Amino acid sequence: MASEPKAAPLAHHFDSYLQQKESASLGMWLFLGQEIMFFGGLFLAYTVYRWRYASAFAAASNDLDLRLGLLNTVVLIGSSLTIALAVRSAHLGKRKDLVGFLLATLALGGVFLGVKSIEYAQKFAHHLVPGPHFRFEGADPTQAQMFFTLYFFMTGLHALHMIVGMAILVWMLRPAAQGRWTPDNHNFVEGFGLYWHFVDIIWIFLFPLLYLIGRHHGA
Amino acid sequence: MSETVTASEAPRENYLNRDHSVASWLLTRDHKRIAILYLIGISIFFALGGLMAVLIRAELATPQGDLFPADVYNRLFTMHGILMIFFFLIPSIPAVLGNFLIPLMVGAKDLAFPRINLLSWYLYMVGASFTFVSMLWGGIDTGWTFYTPLSTTFATGQVLLTAVGIFIAGFSSILTGLNFIVTIHRMRAPGLTWFRLPLFVWAHYATSIIQVLGTPVIAITILLVGAERLFHIGVFDPKYGGDPVLFQHLFWFYSHPAVYIMILPAMGVISELVTCFSRKKIFGYHFIALSSLAIAVLGFLVWGHHLFISGQSVVAGTIFSFLSMFVAVPSAVKVFNWTATLYKGSVSLETPMLYALGFIGVFLIGGLTGVMLATLGIDIHVHDTYFIVAHFHYVMVGSAIMGYLGGMHFWWPKITGRLYPAFISKVAAVVVFIGFNVTFLPQFILGYLGMPRRYHTYAPEFQTWNVMSSAGATVLGIGYLLPVLYLLWSLKYGEKAPANPWHATGLEWQTASPPPLENFEVTPVVTEDPYSYPDGTLRPKEVPVGV
Repeated sequence: MASEPKAAPLAHHFDSYLQQKESASLGMWLFLGQEIMFFGGLFLAYTVYRWRYASAFAAASNDLDLRLGLLNTVVLIGSSLTIALAVRSAHLGKRKDLVGFLLATLALGGVFLGVKSIEYAQKFAHHLVPGPHFRFEGADPTQAQMFFTLYFFMTGLHALHMIVGMAILVWMLRPAAQGRWTPDNHNFVEGFGLYWHFVDIIWIFLFPLLYLIGRHHGA
Repeated sequence: MSETVTASEAPRENYLNRDHSVASWLLTRDHKRIAILYLIGISIFFALGGLMAVLIRAELATPQGDLFPADVYNRLFTMHGILMIFFFLIPSIPAVLGNFLIPLMVGAKDLAFPRINLLSWYLYMVGASFTFVSMLWGGIDTGWTFYTPLSTTFATGQVLLTAVGIFIAGFSSILTGLNFIVTIHRMRAPGLTWFRLPLFVWAHYATSIIQVLGTPVIAITILLVGAERLFHIGVFDPKYGGDPVLFQHLFWFYSHPAVYIMILPAMGVISELVTCFSRKKIFGYHFIALSSLAIAVLGFLVWGHHLFISGQSVVAGTIFSFLSMFVAVPSAVKVFNWTATLYKGSVSLETPMLYALGFIGVFLIGGLTGVMLATLGIDIHVHDTYFIVAHFHYVMVGSAIMGYLGGMHFWWPKITGRLYPAFISKVAAVVVFIGFNVTFLPQFILGYLGMPRRYHTYAPEFQTWNVMSSAGATVLGIGYLLPVLYLLWSLKYGEKAPANPWHATGLEWQTASPPPLENFEVTPVVTEDPYSYPDGTLRPKEVPVGV
């Protein structure tokens, strides 16, 4: 670890750290706005087909592993806590804490993806991956296949966002250790925190929409 | 070479001459240089798209399909549409003029995120390259609309490659819009309140909202189409329980507002030109500013008028019909305000002003036929005929290009520091206007008579109007070629431009032409409203005079 902190300087085109901070923050929120619209297309498709194929969706939902889904929900909420603490550490200028919380977030993200891949492997083994090998015991396999198409699309896109986030986390470790982010200027950490929370929130919607819809039918 | 350097224009360092290396261009973070990079990129793709238009009009000069087989013709009009819409019209004014001018107009040193700005350009170029390669590979024949299940199941061309290109270019558009919004919110010079912003900036603000909120929807839609095509799974094919109409809803949720991405920036340009060349404070500033936002918002609520015959419910059709007519209100607000600005102004017909007046004429026809098409009965009658082709060319092509060329001629001295010959540029503006109308007015008639779009043959009785349209396209082609020639010529031989050749208001004219690296020697402080032209004063005394 470098002893001399290499603090991030004020970019040449800004007049003050405040202006830079507000710009970064607004930019991140707008980016998340476009992310919502990006996922929005899938949520719309989900709404349309769930409305149309309600019972097949409920039946197919029961083939998801609720325990693993719940575990992942807890893991992801935990990672939201650690990233929030990381942002706080950057705000207070606590370099070691920052690195520690980033590592913790990274680890929880890894657990999430590990559990997710176990789930994907199970679906693959049970022929629940849409395509020519798809097999479903219930009443309407085509409609159930639509559920799984959306399941893989939505969770896959979510996982992709996790992977991108984790790549950024890895990249952040070095500058965090070197003291690049100061209490004055840690917009990157703040922005990343927003991104990570966003990915978390997407999951918070996905979990009930995908895992819980069949439960109250007792199917 | 007339190198008459006046005292005030002594050679000084500016954004163009301070470093000539290739790396200084390809790695630049200066919004002005990135604007030039975009200008080069979109000019190439405009030329390609234009070449295809030439081939289409050549084929349609006779009723028989004598130049190309139907299959090739389908690919031609598809690639013409894709190149022109995604790689010319959508980026044209925002990425070139907006990029160059918004930081100058708000008195900032650069856009809020210079590196992201450069990234946008690279995304644009990569996306365009994918599309270009797919063209060389045989192109696609689905029409630019990618309707399913044609695009996902039956089309044989390079749908995936083209889709990837559009997907990537979409993120260029999103990031540009994001950059503009943040810049306009956070980077304004002291004293530059929201209602002191130039209307060009307001128009781009509204455009950026559409870019940021609309484009991701087409991105996810394209992704779904790609997956359906590649893995034979998906949400649009009835074979898999999907619904093709869902595709149309998602597609038009972006692609209708995309029309406003093309037209709003042009409206912003026209607001600048009309007031400058009337030497009069613009009429109804607040109305014009807020009508841009109204168009952006309403534009998101009218996509269903593309689905009038797609099995949409009558109730939905009626609501969309009403909303589509409603969007004409803010558009009309603008036209009336421009006209009121002209009224009793000291109008001077410089080249940019000719384009501005041309815009108003072309937009009037495009807009009014739009109201016709919003009417359910008429739309069903002329659906998929040349009436539609004529209408959207008037609205988003004619108007956008008039705005683009008008703006280019207005700010060319600022961008390059050179003046272009006045007379020939006026001739070109008139040629473009005549050429455009001769090309597309006959298509209204053809469409109303029942000539369907997207066929390479037609009934012999339509030939006269088609020949007229093809002849107009030739004139239009010359009209586009002329500015290329004299603007390039002016780079080397044009007279040096003063800081403010049009005696216009606005911060961009208060700095040198071309501007220095960080735009202003000192950050400007704004103390007055925009367009404070003393009403009824003299016309600009110094106008670009031919060399």
